[in-house]
Amino acid sequence: MADWTRGFLGRRRDGAGQAGGRLPPGQYDAGATWPVMTAEPTPRIATEGWTFRVEGLVERPASWTWDEIHALPAAAYEGDIHCVTTWSKFGVRFDGVSVDTLLEAAGPRPEAAYAMAFSHTGYTTNLPLADLTGGKAFVVWGYDGAPLPVDHGGPGRLLVPHLYLWKSAKWVAGLRLMDHDERGFWEQGGYHDRGDPWKEQRYHGD
Amino acid sequence: MKTLRLAFERPTPYLPGQHFVVRLTAPDGYRASRSYSAATPPDDPPQAVELTVERLPDGEVSSFLHEAVEAGDALELRGPIGGHFTWRGEAPAVLVGGGSGLVPLMAMLRAARRAGRGGDVRVVASVRTPADLPYADEMAGPDATVVYTRVAPPGHGRPAGRLARADLAPLVGPGAMAFVCGSSPFVEAVTDILADLGVPAAAIRVERFGPTAG
Repeated sequence: MADWTRGFLGRRRDGAGQAGGRLPPGQYDAGATWPVMTAEPTPRIATEGWTFRVEGLVERPASWTWDEIHALPAAAYEGDIHCVTTWSKFGVRFDGVSVDTLLEAAGPRPEAAYAMAFSHTGYTTNLPLADLTGGKAFVVWGYDGAPLPVDHGGPGRLLVPHLYLWKSAKWVAGLRLMDHDERGFWEQGGYHDRGDPWKEQRYHGD
Repeated sequence: MKTLRLAFERPTPYLPGQHFVVRLTAPDGYRASRSYSAATPPDDPPQAVELTVERLPDGEVSSFLHEAVEAGDALELRGPIGGHFTWRGEAPAVLVGGGSGLVPLMAMLRAARRAGRGGDVRVVASVRTPADLPYADEMAGPDATVVYTRVAPPGHGRPAGRLARADLAPLVGPGAMAFVCGSSPFVEAVTDILADLGVPAAAIRVERFGPTAG
């Protein structure tokens, strides 16, 4: 097969990178819209029964209620998000807590190298632990100054904005730390284990 | 909508409901990829797949596939992708699709009919007008219900209007699985109705797409 597709020139573009280098390869700017992508019916999860827990290879398995997690030091993310379905959204703000704060309380064991994020719906997604530490990941409940809408994962979701958004588990219930990588919901269906938008890691083999 | 039949270079097993990624590459290396659901179940051996492509306004890839591609061209195809929104013989099942969301459901319906399960697996197609109904020849029979939201053809038993509880109630029995595919508002509306009819969330699988959801 040829190195290029006969007859395809593509959209007009500047060679140096799109949107001043803000748009990863193969993405478009969704502007003011925020498309919804999920595989499950949207659940209605009451904050009264909500918990977030850190388990697996940790010194002290830890769990927080809705009120307890709000009492932790606040953290915010302001920046861009990227979905594997090719849209990106610039300049969003989320409020919540840093995953570092949660991991610190649980104490990851030295052999912990990967994590499985799991949701109240049964959704799972796998990440290298290094992608969840160092101020790069959050559990968030606020979007743009308001409660996170349920179709975008409210009341609380994981946010790992430097990876494609399917890693940011909606309706998140916790993290399980592991010494090996295991595939989550989309990853079992062909999606990439890490999902770095700048390397265009959409599917296995990218 | 346009359906393309693509022959695999080598047999490629896949499941009804899965999608493939078409990746186009320009001479300067610029690439654009889009996902398209298989409209056909796999043959034995799986030598080819049909993809139904909705033409989007200003759609970089869909325009190419509608206008420029010719029989005999080679396309880069990746996949199959997806493991949740798949039909592996579950029955009874109801397949509810809106617009281009009918494409993966068509692969499921065709597989069920081929397996002689046509009575257990039923499709509900929601489209705006008769001209918007894909696979119209096959959207007939006791296992297919068509709901026109804006304009119904003459003689259609149901007046035009949004998909409602009464459309789904007769099709949802105990133990039924539901597969719902369409735009996000469509999926929200249908899953609300199904929940209201007592279908547990675990028995509902959804896939959202359309111009806004990639």
